[in-house]
Amino acid sequence: MPDGHATAAAAAHPHHHPALQHHFDTLEQQKEASSFGMWVFLVTEIMFFGGLFCAYLIYRGMRYEGFAEASHELDVVLGTVNTAVLIGSSLTMAMAVWAAQTGRRKATVGFLLATGALGLTFLGIKLVEYAEKFHHHHVPGESFHWAGRFPDVAEQFYSLYFAMTGLHAIHMILGIAVLIWLLVPAWRGRFDAAYHNPVEIFGLYWHFVDIVWIFLFPLLYLIGRH
Amino acid sequence: MSLHVVTPKTYVWIFLALMVGTALTVAAAFVDLGAATGFSALNDIVMLAIAVTKAVLVVLFFMHVKYSGRLTALTIVSALVFFALLAGGVLVDYLSRGMVPGHM
Amino acid sequence: MSTEVKAVSAAGGAVAEDARPNYLTGGGWDWKSWLLTKDHKRIGILYVISITLFFFLGALFALLVRLELLTPGLDMVEPDTFNRFFTMHGIVMVFFFLVPSIPATLGNFLIPLMIGAKDLAFPKINLASWYLYNVGGFFTLWAIASGGVDTGWTFYTPFSTTYSNSYVVLSIVGIFVAGFSSIFTGLNFIVTIHRMRAPGMTWFRLPLFVWSSYATSLIIVLGTPVVAIALLLVAAERLFRLGIFDPALGGDPVLFQHLFWFYSHPAVYIMILPAMGVISELIAAFSRKRLFGYHFVAFASIAIAVLGFLVWGHHMFVAGQSFYSGMVFSVLSMLVAIPSAIKVFNWTATLYKGSISRETPMLYALGFIGLFTIGGLTGVMLATMGIDLHVHDTYFIVAHFHYIMVGGAIMGYLGGLHYWWPKMTGRLYPSFWSRISAILVFVGFNLTFFPQFLLGYLGMPRRYATYPPEFQVLNVLSTAGATILGIGYLLPFTYLFWSLKYGQRASANPWGATGLEWQTSSPPPTENFVTPPVVTTEPYDFRDLAPQPSIRSPLSREEEEYA
Repeated sequence: MPDGHATAAAAAHPHHHPALQHHFDTLEQQKEASSFGMWVFLVTEIMFFGGLFCAYLIYRGMRYEGFAEASHELDVVLGTVNTAVLIGSSLTMAMAVWAAQTGRRKATVGFLLATGALGLTFLGIKLVEYAEKFHHHHVPGESFHWAGRFPDVAEQFYSLYFAMTGLHAIHMILGIAVLIWLLVPAWRGRFDAAYHNPVEIFGLYWHFVDIVWIFLFPLLYLIGRH
Repeated sequence: MSLHVVTPKTYVWIFLALMVGTALTVAAAFVDLGAATGFSALNDIVMLAIAVTKAVLVVLFFMHVKYSGRLTALTIVSALVFFALLAGGVLVDYLSRGMVPGHM
Repeated sequence: MSTEVKAVSAAGGAVAEDARPNYLTGGGWDWKSWLLTKDHKRIGILYVISITLFFFLGALFALLVRLELLTPGLDMVEPDTFNRFFTMHGIVMVFFFLVPSIPATLGNFLIPLMIGAKDLAFPKINLASWYLYNVGGFFTLWAIASGGVDTGWTFYTPFSTTYSNSYVVLSIVGIFVAGFSSIFTGLNFIVTIHRMRAPGMTWFRLPLFVWSSYATSLIIVLGTPVVAIALLLVAAERLFRLGIFDPALGGDPVLFQHLFWFYSHPAVYIMILPAMGVISELIAAFSRKRLFGYHFVAFASIAIAVLGFLVWGHHMFVAGQSFYSGMVFSVLSMLVAIPSAIKVFNWTATLYKGSISRETPMLYALGFIGLFTIGGLTGVMLATMGIDLHVHDTYFIVAHFHYIMVGGAIMGYLGGLHYWWPKMTGRLYPSFWSRISAILVFVGFNLTFFPQFLLGYLGMPRRYATYPPEFQVLNVLSTAGATILGIGYLLPFTYLFWSLKYGQRASANPWGATGLEWQTSSPPPTENFVTPPVVTTEPYDFRDLAPQPSIRSPLSREEEEYA
């Protein structure tokens, strides 16, 4: 594929897509590389959350009854609503990618904004839940107070609850920050069939965060509810 | 590799499937499948199975893995394998404590 | 266009100054051109500087440890302070030297060159990785300046979560950020090697350094996040009293160890695999012979990466994990020695009937093979639960891992630095002083660490500031060796820096070696190749290369060695 890139003088290359970075030969190579790069990053995220899930699995296995009792104090309605909200945001994110792929500037911006709004809704509901836990003295530490049969296990359950949902929330916040940053090129109409990969790979990240919640919800909210 | 544009229609169907799955998960949680079948872990297994199905749908369609190459699929599988190794290795320890008489 | 071999001038690899701009002269020399560079070669150089600084910091702590251990009693510092010395030595050496060293310096510089690419896949992430390294380093320095941490680099709980009065959280932040830096490097390498190879550069034409770097990157990407979450949870437990690892809060210390060692065992393969990759290059180049069993060595790298994830419990034989687990991990740990041994056999077979040169990089390579073998064999000893039971937490362990980390990894790094120095800087260094340095390192190393095998076997525990008086002779020998080793490490500063200004200019291929990196100028141009290469030959094909005169100091009177 040597086509004179390296030997040409450093002048504008009108026949190259403006988004092509010069260490790549083609836009296709750049797209494949950046998608693969995001997947490799998601591998690290799977292992990162995986360690936390491991800790959760061990303690839940050891102390099921106490975990179930603690889990019952989580609000299933809010949890379910939040799950629906996040899945909805995955839909709008997928639609944003479609809009970018088909060069629909306004739709891209619209769907990205919708994704962000749903993400903020999720975080808002989580904040309500956290406030409620704080109010009921279910936050681990000095002020923890548990009226049920297994206070020590409950405190550990809530340690894991805050660690897991907290880490998830941090990922959502960072995601929304990147989403806002993506709005700039989207608004400027930079994305089309040839170049839309930033939206695509951000979508990969967003869907991953959704998948984490898809597992967190039943594992934390639905222990022994029958 | 040509660009494969997934239609909004597909996305909406997947979304609906995910919502149904969510509803099923919550519903199943409140039904004592253990009492019905005598298998107490069944509730957990059903919930996890639904969660895995939902995740697979998101991966295949929202994340376009159905239309991506082998390398992408291999990457995801590798991550899951190594997570399983981590979880498995740790579980083997906890589950086998006391198995060898006279030792930990 | 097939890769051509350039004949080397009769002046032994040296040439007159090249008028064409290279990556050092062509890209500017101001702050912005370096601190905002996207050139993988410049980033490699930036890393050399940072990593060297942290190496000497880690070495300083080692020196303090060895000074205290000159006498059986406490004469220099309190035990609390001694604990901080060995902890900081471990943290700095593991996370800020050994893990990043070869990948971030040599890997960054060479991988695009070796595969015929213009840069890594993500140059900005590469630069970000260097900044993250320095941010992590800053937090670590802050922790040191505040008083350090005393938990051991292993941060075992509940001491780290509850009882230690030192700067645990600050240290963890430093390591966490450095871990991110490492992940960025590994991610970049994986994507680059998959997607940016030149036409004709198939997987089995890749230099073995690239195979090793690829295997290393797999480990980085799969393992680092797990220690990241383990340490994050320790910090969270310490700050917010979350009950994960402290038994008083319902936690399990053994769970911490599982999560910690799930990374930290594969981490040692992160540290040794790149060095093995270097050794493959050095052995082939300085035997002027095709590497024996190329496919075996390539697959062995992947096998080490995978098997390395299956053995972490051998750090926990006496920690409280189940006996059954211990047995499983014991057997698996013996298995992981096999691919390493396969590499040693193949290197040795390469040497056989080769045209052996005694240049500095080769001295390091030969030293590596011997010392790594000793380190590795003692590893098999330690995999045996019955032995480990007695020598766990003694100096036998310390000696074992230093044989691999110092006798192996550091010598691999120095060998690689000396081999590719002409490529990176365009200068030759005096062969006499560099060989003296290599010999000092080898002698100093053995004097430092062999006595420690004996000490451990005799029962001296590690991480203690005092010891029974009958152990003093061996400790004094060890400290004496450390001094010689230190001189061996300091010497390169002199002649390498000297070479930057006064060394002869190097030709494109002063060693007469194979590989795409030697087909471009020394130093390379910013875009690596004037014409993007197309590969048609197998790796390590020395058949058409004329025997090269080796690099000689202009002051040397030694005879030229020809095949």
